[in-house]
Amino acid sequence: METPNQTDAAAVADVTQELSAYLTRNLGQELGPDEDYFALGLVNSLFAMELVNFVEQRYGIEVGVDDLDLDHFRTLGRLRDFVLAKTANRGAAA
Amino acid sequence: MSDTALAGVADLTDLGARFADSVREDAADWDARGELPADVRLAAARAGLLGADLPVRHGGLGATPAQLGEACARIGGVCSALRGLVTVQSMVAAALLRWGTAEQRERWLPALARGELLAAFAATETEAGSDLAAVTTTVEEQGDTYTVTGEKRWITFGEVADVFLVLGSAGGRPAAVLVEADRPGVLREPVRGQLGMRAAQLAHVRFDGVRVPRENAVAPPGFGLSHVVATALDHGRFTVAWGCVGMAEACLDAAAEHAARRAQGGVVLAEHQLVRSLLGRAAVDSRAARELCLRAARLREAGDPDAIAETVAAKYAAARAATAVAGSAVQILGAAGCAPDSPVGRCYRDAKVMEIIEGSAQVSELHIADHLLRAHGHRPGGRRPEREEGRR
Repeated sequence: METPNQTDAAAVADVTQELSAYLTRNLGQELGPDEDYFALGLVNSLFAMELVNFVEQRYGIEVGVDDLDLDHFRTLGRLRDFVLAKTANRGAAA
Repeated sequence: MSDTALAGVADLTDLGARFADSVREDAADWDARGELPADVRLAAARAGLLGADLPVRHGGLGATPAQLGEACARIGGVCSALRGLVTVQSMVAAALLRWGTAEQRERWLPALARGELLAAFAATETEAGSDLAAVTTTVEEQGDTYTVTGEKRWITFGEVADVFLVLGSAGGRPAAVLVEADRPGVLREPVRGQLGMRAAQLAHVRFDGVRVPRENAVAPPGFGLSHVVATALDHGRFTVAWGCVGMAEACLDAAAEHAARRAQGGVVLAEHQLVRSLLGRAAVDSRAARELCLRAARLREAGDPDAIAETVAAKYAAARAATAVAGSAVQILGAAGCAPDSPVGRCYRDAKVMEIIEGSAQVSELHIADHLLRAHGHRPGGRRPEREEGRR
């Protein structure tokens, strides 16, 4: 039987894998968790919006105007943390 | 145009068609006069067209993307300027719905949906299109206010708008603020006689140190603001694309009817193979544009991230189709298509504008190619993918 920590770790791994696959597919390369794809010039304004729409649709979260901080979106690691925090909040609010 | 014809339109699929039919005979006159009468703008609002896809709780009709698109098609087939009114109003509303604060949504959206306020999207400058980095209009923070200084060009319905969503630069970071037209320092210069959309009451608008309260800022400057602009432009592309579908379909109908009835030298035009060739191509262009727009509508309704790229493609294709089909229609109608009040002649002029606004055809091609190439492992900047480098 899985412990809560094991479940959390599995969720983190799943989200990381999905986000990594999405970014790789759309940015044409694999990126490390701390590589800033905005600073690398890989992202245009259309993809920035697609990225927001992707996490909303895939994880059933709502990205509001207060969430529109580049720091939430600039790396795989930060994006993963943002998604996990939003999904945790959603769960707490339910 | 009777009130009873417009009141209480409940069937959203019929929304645009009924309104378009009610103004069909007036569009040429509006084009010649260079204005969309105030009572028509109000009637469009009362019919629900200006807030069609806004949620009911914000005063809209809650139309789906496909329903909004169909309404834009039917209106676009009659009057591009009127469709332009729906576009600019819904661009600003979409940006506020998606990225405005709860207070902003409550304050602005019902008034926009009811047509009590007309909105305009003030992005273009002499040396800047929708490229945020090139905008020179400044938005300076001073205590609890922002001061807006700059000049915007070619603003659709800028002559009569009650509020502008103005794009500017706040200390080097992109910013957007809502500026009411009656604030001191807002100066408008109407534009007349442009190639197309002549009734869309374009204006060059100067903001001469206009002060607005802090709560008029939409989204935080920087990253957030780029989403406000992208949302507005994405929505604008979608409604323009459907307007183009309507233009293409209207021109196709006019051309086919003319070809089937008009005889020259005892031979009906439709008997000429070269006329049939034009009609065949126009029919396919028109249908292809509609299918791409329907695809974009389905993806938008599903919240699919690809909806943005597919909307770019749909707008690009639909604008090209409208231009091509309108050109063929003018060709087939001949002198009748060149008459001052010719609907297809007006469509021909309007369609060219569609290849320029909300992202030119060339900028659209770049976006479409970029999306394609990324999916095939292309790295922006021209470096080879790692697997290719490894083979050397």
